Amino acid sequence: MGTVYRTRARPRDVAALAAATLATGASFGAITIAYGLPNWLPSLMSIVVFAGGAQFLAVGLLAAGNPLAAVFAGLLLNARHLPFGLAVADTLGPRWRDRLIGSHLMTDEVVAFTLAEETPQARRRTYWLVAVALVISWNVGTVLGVLLGGVTGDPDTFGLDAAFPAALLALILPSLKDRETRLVALTGAALAVLLTPVLPAGLPVLAALLGLLVLLRPRRPAPATPEEPSHQHSGPAAPSSGRN
Amino acid sequence: MLIAAIIALGAGTYAIRLSGVLLRDRLELSPALQRLLPMAAAALLAALAGTAALMAGTEFSGVARPAGVAVGALLAWRKAPFVLVVVAAAATAALLRLAGLP
Repeated sequence: MGTVYRTRARPRDVAALAAATLATGASFGAITIAYGLPNWLPSLMSIVVFAGGAQFLAVGLLAAGNPLAAVFAGLLLNARHLPFGLAVADTLGPRWRDRLIGSHLMTDEVVAFTLAEETPQARRRTYWLVAVALVISWNVGTVLGVLLGGVTGDPDTFGLDAAFPAALLALILPSLKDRETRLVALTGAALAVLLTPVLPAGLPVLAALLGLLVLLRPRRPAPATPEEPSHQHSGPAAPSSGRN
Repeated sequence: MLIAAIIALGAGTYAIRLSGVLLRDRLELSPALQRLLPMAAAALLAALAGTAALMAGTEFSGVARPAGVAVGALLAWRKAPFVLVVVAAAATAALLRLAGLP
């Protein structure tokens, strides 16, 4: 453990993510206008919703004339923020100002960057650094997309659709050194991918929480050779002894 | 109607985010359960990465995107700098598309 891989969010790391966020925000603005929705809509949405996936999903449904579906599908996609909120509550701390503002700025990337840090101080600093960088770049990008329209092009042309999952993977990789976390995360991810063709957007990712059930499996299903006797904690979440 | 939908989505999303943060105070979690919170977050983030890497809507996304993500993941595993991970993933996917792959 210790200082393995990026225990501190470096400014250039945050800048890379902010640049990708700006470009994706621009494509959100441009796509929304291309749908024939009004000019003010993308920015209003980027300010009051501030959740990329839900925004893309919602403007498609709004353009199709289905505002109720847009709201419900967007909320379903954002339901994962409740467990995220539980996980970063300690980082936001007890001050109401921080909680009220920090909650609005919570995104997948902010949570991933934050939980990759080891000390409470580093988590706190990283949360706000990434949150502010992303809320600015997302909103500036949205405005640029509205102004420039189709000039910004399809974000897939630049491979931005590969950049975000790769960034998330890089950020959670250190936590996967822990054996139990790795089992839970990989099981959850596999479940989510398998369920994506059959469940509405949002639910497959939530189903990843079922990955926690692997902790309930009987510990050490009797290997033939006697093991070192250090693993006799009974609880499923007993602290693992570190290395793999 | 558009404004109402956007306000509803924004308010609902904010309520979800804030309730997680506020709920944490109300829950008296044992240390064992507290340890599950970052694990749950890791599972959700891995699921987001996995579905975003492999799926477009309800179908397989095509080759370029997973290939880009795989290159990024490999670099991350080899402890390459984060910037390189992000840029290499995007560049790989972009180049494969330029070469005509879906």
